[in-house]
Amino acid sequence: MKKIIALAAILAVALHLALPWHSLRAAWDIDPDLGRLLLLELRLPRVLLALGYGAALGVAGAALQAVFANPLASPDISGASTGAALGAVLGGYWLGLTQPLALAACGAAGALAALALLIVLAGRRAEPATLLLAGLAISLAAGAVTSLALALAPSPFAFYDSFDWLMGSFVDRSFGQVAAALLPATVAVLLLLRRASALDLFALGEDVAASSGLRPRKLSLEVIALSAVAVGACVAVAGAIGFVGLIAPVLARKLSRGHPGRAMAPAAIIGALLLVCADLIVRAVPLDRPIPVGVLTALLGTPLFIWLVVGMRRSMTA
Amino acid sequence: MTSLVARGLALATRLHPTDLVISDPSLVALVGPNGGGKTSLLRSIARVENAAGNVFVDGECVDGTPPARRRRLLSFMPASRDITWPIPVRDLLGLGADAEDPSRIEALLHTLELDLLADRPVNQLSTGERARVLMARAMASHPKLILLDEPLSNLDPYWVIRFLEIFRQAVHAGKILIVSVHDLSQLRHFDRAILVADGAVQLDKAPAELLSDERFENIFRITLAGADEWTVKQPADQRSLR
Repeated sequence: MKKIIALAAILAVALHLALPWHSLRAAWDIDPDLGRLLLLELRLPRVLLALGYGAALGVAGAALQAVFANPLASPDISGASTGAALGAVLGGYWLGLTQPLALAACGAAGALAALALLIVLAGRRAEPATLLLAGLAISLAAGAVTSLALALAPSPFAFYDSFDWLMGSFVDRSFGQVAAALLPATVAVLLLLRRASALDLFALGEDVAASSGLRPRKLSLEVIALSAVAVGACVAVAGAIGFVGLIAPVLARKLSRGHPGRAMAPAAIIGALLLVCADLIVRAVPLDRPIPVGVLTALLGTPLFIWLVVGMRRSMTA
Repeated sequence: MTSLVARGLALATRLHPTDLVISDPSLVALVGPNGGGKTSLLRSIARVENAAGNVFVDGECVDGTPPARRRRLLSFMPASRDITWPIPVRDLLGLGADAEDPSRIEALLHTLELDLLADRPVNQLSTGERARVLMARAMASHPKLILLDEPLSNLDPYWVIRFLEIFRQAVHAGKILIVSVHDLSQLRHFDRAILVADGAVQLDKAPAELLSDERFENIFRITLAGADEWTVKQPADQRSLR
């Protein structure tokens, strides 16, 4: 509990940095229109999106890891994020959808399709390596089809537009877009959090869970669908962001005494914290053009991922 | 008095429809060749997904009862000792219990000599240690029916004897234990032995009678050559299963 309060405090500090109240207030006093523009059009949507997307990744990652009994399962490794990007690209450039909520639905559908394919290819209780390879195959395939869909898209600017979008960025999103991502994601996250103790019981295996009165297949499918909605809606608005959904649950389990289901709540806070901080860094780094936040999480996340894989290999050979 | 009545138990192609009645607290062994259906019989009594039939414990239908009540009726310890997550031993014993009962958990930690391991993550323990943890968990909610899939494998001799003592104490406390075993020399500690092969119950007798039954030797393809001494039957006898 203390650790969670400490985490929330750190998150508050990060939020204070992301929304510097005094300077915003000062700007508002000098010119209310400028102040409103800065706060409502620039800063607030960006911070909300980082917070919500990070929390969604943390919770969905923890939930998927619990269901697959695999500490390497996550929205990005499972192919769900790439599938969501494909869904959004198809909806945006080929179906001509412009409504943010419609695009979010396409993202959720893409994520769901990727996770369904993962279960077909690897099964629900696959070995970690099998799941990883199947997820990698789906990611590669979805990425290739996404590139193809962009290259052949009716709009000649599709490729150029998609750079800022698919690489993961919170810049210049409207309140409408933020709402389209976060409303479905929030509902899905809350429904996932309600399944925490059931997912804890899953740690003993599906047979024990079933003999205790749970319905493992139903629970798994619910968790997968809810994770797809949470991640898919966010990807459709802010693009795919890697590693947060993998790392946040790993750190969260240190706070939940190893319980996979109970780790969802701290994973939400950690995921939100990671993305708010990553966005702060992206904003602070003095480059002539801003780099997408997804590039930063990939740069920082890859070594952590390798550390996890090495750790798993050690525990297997031990 | 605890009783178990199971009707029409079946599991995919692995277990043909089977009835089972155990009317008193007792220690029941399940034996049989590999792949014969021991685990499937245990799993179908434990009500895993897709298990057909009905199981009544003390007249209560297990499928219809809510989880909180169900944990008082039966518990299941699977053959797999794998646990992915670093959950401390003490927490694992209370996993799934609505209201944790600290004194019960402490007593079980003590009985299974897990006191020193209580705060260690369960995925860092040895297979035999994990077997003790899972055994303690199976007993934590005071279930009337305890289903144990090969609890004696991976145990050192001390713990084999201790587990058999713990089984007997549970029977004295009014419980029914159904335990799958491979080591035939353990059978004499049981009240009743059920031989499962080809997805069906083939024999259901007192252990001593089972061991001396001719069909027992045919099904296992071994023959008694002395006290607790078995040899492989000649290949010519192999297919005379029934």
